[in-house]
Amino acid sequence: MVAILSEVAPRESDVKSPLHAPALHESGLKHTSGEALYVDDLPLLPGTLVGHVIASPHAHARVVRKEARRALALPGVHAVLFAQDIPGVNDVCPVRGVHDEPLLAVDEVHCVGQSVALVVAESAALCRQAAALVEVEYEALPACLSIREALEQGSFLPHWLYPGPHLIRRGEPEAALLAAPVRIQGECMTGAQDHFYLETQASLAVMEEDGAVRLWSSTQHPSEVQEKVAEVLGLGRHQVTVEVPRMGGAFGGKETQAAPFAALAALGARATRRPVKVWLNRDQDMEQTGKRHPFWARYEAGFFEDGRLLALKAELVSDGGWSNDLSHAILDRALFHMDNAYFLPNVEVSGRVARTNQPSNTAFRGFGGPQGMFVVEEVLNRAAERLGLDPAEVRRLNYYHEPSEHRTHYGQLVEGNRLPRIHAELMASSEYARRRAEIDAFNAASRWTKRGIGYQPVKFGISFTTSFLNQAGALVVIYGDGTVQLNHGGTEMGQGLHTKMRAVCAHALGVPAEHVRVMTTATDKVPNTSATAASSGSDLNGQAVKAACEVLRERLRLVAAHLLQVDRAEAQGIVFAGGRVSHPAYPHRSLTFAELTHAAYQAQVSLSATGYYRTPDIGYDRKMGQGKPFHYFAFGGAVVEVEVSGLTGEHRVRRVDILHDVGSSLVPTIDRGQVEGGFIQGLGWLTCEEVLIDAKGRLLTHSPDTYKIPALGDAPEDFRVQLLERAPQDSTIHGSKAVGEPPFMLAIGAVTALRHAVAAFGPPRTEVQLASPATPEAILRAVEAARSVKR
Amino acid sequence: MDRLRFYLNDRLVEESGLSPTTTVLRYLRDRAHLTGTKEGCAEGDCGACTVAVLEEDGKGAPVLRAINSCLLLLPMVQGKRVYTVEALKEGGRYHLVQEALARELGSQCGYCTPGVTMALLEACHREDFNEPWKLDAQMCGNLCRCTGYRPIRDAAARVAGLRPADRFARALAETKPEPMELAYTAGPQRFFTPATLEALWDVLDAHPEARFVVGGTDLSLEVTKRFAEPPLLVSLEALRVLRTLEPRAGGHRVGATVTLTELEDYSRATCPPLERMARYFGARQIKNRATVGGNLCTASPIGDLAPVLISLGAEAVVLSRAGERRMALEDFFVDYRRTALRRGELLAFVDVPAQPAGARAIAYKVSKRRELDISSVSAGFRVVVDEQGRVREARLAYGGMSARPARASRAEAALVGQPWTEASVEAVLPLLDEDFTPRTDHRGSDWYRAQVAKNLLRGFFLETLSEPAPRLQERHAATVQVR
Ligand SMILES: Cc1cc2nc3c(=O)[nH]c(=O)nc-3n(C[C@H](O)[C@H](O)[C@H](O)COP(=O)(O)OP(=O)(O)OC[C@H]3O[C@@H](n4cnc5c(N)ncnc54)[C@H](O)[C@@H]3O)c2cc1C
Ligand code: FES
Ligand code: FES
Repeated sequence: MVAILSEVAPRESDVKSPLHAPALHESGLKHTSGEALYVDDLPLLPGTLVGHVIASPHAHARVVRKEARRALALPGVHAVLFAQDIPGVNDVCPVRGVHDEPLLAVDEVHCVGQSVALVVAESAALCRQAAALVEVEYEALPACLSIREALEQGSFLPHWLYPGPHLIRRGEPEAALLAAPVRIQGECMTGAQDHFYLETQASLAVMEEDGAVRLWSSTQHPSEVQEKVAEVLGLGRHQVTVEVPRMGGAFGGKETQAAPFAALAALGARATRRPVKVWLNRDQDMEQTGKRHPFWARYEAGFFEDGRLLALKAELVSDGGWSNDLSHAILDRALFHMDNAYFLPNVEVSGRVARTNQPSNTAFRGFGGPQGMFVVEEVLNRAAERLGLDPAEVRRLNYYHEPSEHRTHYGQLVEGNRLPRIHAELMASSEYARRRAEIDAFNAASRWTKRGIGYQPVKFGISFTTSFLNQAGALVVIYGDGTVQLNHGGTEMGQGLHTKMRAVCAHALGVPAEHVRVMTTATDKVPNTSATAASSGSDLNGQAVKAACEVLRERLRLVAAHLLQVDRAEAQGIVFAGGRVSHPAYPHRSLTFAELTHAAYQAQVSLSATGYYRTPDIGYDRKMGQGKPFHYFAFGGAVVEVEVSGLTGEHRVRRVDILHDVGSSLVPTIDRGQVEGGFIQGLGWLTCEEVLIDAKGRLLTHSPDTYKIPALGDAPEDFRVQLLERAPQDSTIHGSKAVGEPPFMLAIGAVTALRHAVAAFGPPRTEVQLASPATPEAILRAVEAARSVKR
Repeated sequence: MDRLRFYLNDRLVEESGLSPTTTVLRYLRDRAHLTGTKEGCAEGDCGACTVAVLEEDGKGAPVLRAINSCLLLLPMVQGKRVYTVEALKEGGRYHLVQEALARELGSQCGYCTPGVTMALLEACHREDFNEPWKLDAQMCGNLCRCTGYRPIRDAAARVAGLRPADRFARALAETKPEPMELAYTAGPQRFFTPATLEALWDVLDAHPEARFVVGGTDLSLEVTKRFAEPPLLVSLEALRVLRTLEPRAGGHRVGATVTLTELEDYSRATCPPLERMARYFGARQIKNRATVGGNLCTASPIGDLAPVLISLGAEAVVLSRAGERRMALEDFFVDYRRTALRRGELLAFVDVPAQPAGARAIAYKVSKRRELDISSVSAGFRVVVDEQGRVREARLAYGGMSARPARASRAEAALVGQPWTEASVEAVLPLLDEDFTPRTDHRGSDWYRAQVAKNLLRGFFLETLSEPAPRLQERHAATVQVR
C-alpha cells in the first residue's frame, strides 16, 4: 500500500529517493477525479469542426466515381476531401520507402473500413448527414479474407528488401526429425485481437501562422505523426508540432495507426482554415483499425522419450491485412520467439506475411512474440500429452543452460538466464506439485467439472528489432526556485512511464518527486523520437533523462562547491538528496536545492539540458538470420489453475501465481500493475476475445456488445504476483528491466491448464485439440473430442 | 412540466430546445463541459460513462444508483439528481473512493477510471453490501483494459458499504422527490412522461404511433448506434402502479417497470430461479435501469427473463384503456421480436403463480463471457415430480434456440409420465433436435447451441438430485453447478 500524496508538497528534509520505491501512478488522483485530460477533453477553440471519415464498405473494389456536390450543398458542411485534395504525398506507410498505404483511397479500396474521404462539418450529426449524400460508386472485386485463402491464391506482402521468407536455421532439423524417437506434427492458429483501448483514436489539428500546424494526438509515436502530417501536407517537419497529453490506452494500436487520423485532421484543418477534430466512435475504431496479427503455423517436432526436444521445423504465416504497416517487424519478433525459453538444437523456422483484404494488422503488446511462442508451447503441450509427462517438467528439461553452450536459434547468447531460478521458486511458492496431484484426484471424482493447472515460463527479448530505433532524448529544465520540468520522448498511455521517469529525474537531482513535473510529450521539446513501444519506454527514455540530469548536476556541482566552500577536488563528493545539497565531510554546511538553483541562475549557469541515449552493441543480419537483436532478455513464470465445465465449455481461472523478473524495479507498484494487466490481456487473447468477420469481409464484432474483453469476474480472485527479488540487470537504467510486454505471454499457461482439464475428460494420454481462442464453444468441442477418445 | 429540469452536481438545470433523445453523456461532455465522464462504447457495455443518479427506488425511498449515462436520455433524469465524477472532490479533498482507487493503483491509463469511480461510489453508499460476490456484480459493468482488475476489486472491497457522511449522504437524507412528469417538445421530437394511467391513455389516444420507453437500455441504442431520432416517446417510468413487486396468491406479481436490480434483490429469498437469471443479467449499471417489461417487450429470442418466467408458468397482464387481458407468457411472444400487444396496450404485470408441490426449477444462462454478455443459450426448466418419482409436468423453456423464446414441446411431452431419472432425461434429449433448429451466429454455432441445450437439461437433472436445488455459488465456473 502506498501513502496518498497530499496536495501540499512534503517537507523537503524527510523526502527519500522515489527510485525503487512504491508510488502511486503519477496521474492516479487526476484519473479518478476526471481532471486528467485526453485529446477529446481539451477545451475547443471557437469554430472547431468535426472531421468524419467515409470508409469503404467493400473488402475489395474499384472506385469508379466520387461526387460530393450534394453533401457540400448542406449548410454547415465545410469540405469533403478526397485523395486528389491532398497537397503532399498520399501515403502514410510507416516503413520508409514502401509507400503502400494511401491516406485516402485513389481508385481502389482494399478492405472494409479503408478511408475514402473526409467530411468536415460543424457537428458529428451534420457529418453523418453529409456522408450519406457523398456518392462513391464501387465495382466490387474478388477479395481474399483469410490466411488460408491467401495461401491458396499466393497472396503475400513480401519484404521490400528481402522478398523471400524470413528463415532462421541451425543444425540438421530434417535429419534430426528422421532420427527422433517421437514425432509430432500439426497446424495451429492464433486469432486476431482488438486493442480495445478505452479511449478511441482521437486527433485535433489547429492551423498556426506560416502555414504551420499543431496537433494534439492520442499516439504512441508523435514523431511519426509529425513526419506523416508534414508529408501529407507537403510541409517541412519544422512546421508541424505534435503534442500528446496522455492516452487512454494504446497497447500498440496507436503506434502507427494514430497517424492516418491525425493526418486527416490536419488535412481538414488546412482545407478549412479551422481547427478540426477527428475522433472515432467505438464501432468506427474497431472497423477501421488493424488488430493483432492472426498467425497460422505448420510444425513438425522431434522429441526424445523423456520430453527433450530434438528438432523443430515450423512455418509461420501471419495475416498482414492489406498493407505492410509493421507486419515484417512483427513477423521477425514471432520468429525470434519461436524458442521462447528453450534450447532448440536443430531448428528451422520461416515466416511470411499474407496479404488479405482486411484492415492492416499492426503492433499489439508482444509484437508477434506471443504468436511465435504459442507455437512452441503447443508443441510442448502435445509432447507432454503424448508422452504422459508433466508439461512443466517438459519445459524445465528444455531450458537454455550455460551461456557458453546455448545460443538462440538466431545466434544470440542467452545471458543472465533467470528461468531455472524462477522455475524453482515459483514451483515451490505455488505448490505446483501438490496442487497438480490434488487436481488429478478431484478430476477422478468429478464427472462434469474438471480442473487443470498449467505452468508457463517466458523469455522475451528487449529492444526494437529495427536497431536504429533504439534511441531516446530528454530535456530537463530547472527553474530558479528549484522546481523541475521534465520532458522526454516517451508517451504516457497508462503504463506508468511518467511515474518512472519522474522517479529517475527526482533521484538524479535529489529532489522530491512532487517538485518534478512531467510535461506532455511534444515534438518541439524532444525531437526525432521513436515510438513508445517494444517495452522500451523506460529503458531508453530513462537513460536519456538520467543523462540530462547528470549534465545539470555537474553544472550545479561547481556552483555548490563554491557555496559549500568545498575544494574543487572534493566537489565529486557533493551529494544531491532529500531536496538538499551537501558534502558528507561538512554536514553542517548544506543548502537546499532551491537555494542552489537560484544561485546558479545568478551565477549565469544554464539550467536546462538535453540528454540522449542509444542502445549499444545490437544488430541483426536478416539475410543470414543471425545476430544480437536484443539488449537483454526479460523472464517470468506463471502457474495458472482453471476449472472447466464439460456441459457448457465455460471455464473460470481459479488462481494465478506469477513470479516476474523486472530487474531492480524502478517503481514496483507500477511494475506489478503491468504484470497483472498484461496477464489478463493475454488471457483475453487466448480465451474470450474473438474477432469475427462475415463472408464479405465486414467485421461482425465491432463493439463490446459482441467483442468480449475480460471483465472483472474473469480475473482470478486469487492472483499472486511477485517481482523477482535481488535481480539487478547489467547496463540498464538503474538495474531495471522492461515490463510492458513480457507478462502478456504468461497467460499461455491458461491454455496449458485448460488442456489439462480437457484431457481429464478422456483416457490417460489424451491429446487435446483446443482451438484458440478457447471460447466456451472451442472448449466444449475439445471436451467432446476428448470424451470420444477410445479408452 | 414542459422543460427539462434536473440537478447536475446539486445545481438546478433547466433546458429547452434540446432534442429529448440527447443522452446525458453527450449533454455532459458537449454542453455542460464536464469531460470527466467518458464515452467508451455508447452502448452500455463498458461503464466509462457511469454517473450516479439519486432517485426513488420501487418503494419510494431515495437511492444513489450507478447508471450508464450513454443510454440515459435527458427526460429520464427529470426531477432527479445527477452526479458526475467532478462532484466527488469536496473542498480540495478527494473522496475516499478516489483515494482508495489511487492507493491501489486502480487506474493506469485512467480512461475507465471516472466510470469505475462512480460505480465505487454507488458501492460505497449501498446498504446491502454484505456478501463478497456482490463486489463482482457491482463492478462487472466497468471494463478496464489496463489493470487486470485486481486493484479495482481491492479498492471496491475497501469502500463498499462504508456510507460516509459526504455530500451524497446529505442529499440522500435531505432530498425531496420531485415529479418526473413531462410533456416536452423540441423540433419534430416529443417526449411524454405521464404521471397517471388516465394521462397515459390520453396521450395514446392523441398519438397512436407513440412508442414506450422505460429504462431505455434497449431503445436508446437506436439513438446512439443507429442515430435514429424517434419522434414520439412515452415513458412509463412515473407510473407507480407498474412498479408493483409483491407476493400474490402464493406466487408473485412483478410490475413491468420493476428494474432488474429490484427483481434480483426481491427474488433472492423468494424465487431462486429468477435470482439466478437476474444475477447474470447485464451488469449493475444496466440492471439499475433495465426493466422486466422492457426485457419482455423487446421479444428478443435471447432476452433472459422469458425462458425462466415461462418455465415458472407466468402470465402476462396487458392493460389498455379498455381494460385488462391475460395470457400465458409463451403466447405473449408471437414471432421474432413481435409481441401480442395491440395498439394502445402495454404490458403491466407479470404474474408468477404459486409453484406446485414437487416442483423443481432452475434457470441457466450460457454466454461467451460470464458477466455482462448476451446469452448464446438460456433456459428455464421446471419439472413437477410426484410422490412416485414420476414427472407429472415438464416446462422446458429455451432462449437462443429459435426466433422467439419457446418451450421444447416434444421433449416435454415425452418426459411426462416417465420416472425422473438420468435414463429418462437421456431418452428425451434427441427430441430437442426436433423441437429446435438453432442458428449459427457470432455468439455460437448451431452445433454448440444444440449441444448446450441438451447439456443444460442433463445438468438440471443432476442439480435437482439434491433438494432443495443448490444456491448459486459465489463465483462459479459455469452456469450449471455440478461436479
Ligand atoms: C449493455 C447491455 C447489457 C444487456 N444485458 C442483457 C442481458 O444480460 N439479458 C437480457 O435479457 N437483456 C440484456 N440487455 C437488454 C436490455 O437491457 C433488456 O432487455 C432490458 O430489460 C430492457 O428494459 P428497458 O426498460 O431498458 O427497455 P426499454 O429500452 O425502455 O424498452 C425496450 C422496448 O420495450 C418496449 N416496452 C418497454 N416497456 C414496455 C411495457 N411495459 N409495455 C409495452 N412495451 C414496453 C419499448 O417500447 C421498447 O420497444 C442488455 C442491454 C445492454 C445495453
Ligand atoms: S460509454 Fe460504454 S457504457 Fe456508456
Ligand atoms: S485504466 Fe486503462 S482502461 Fe482502466
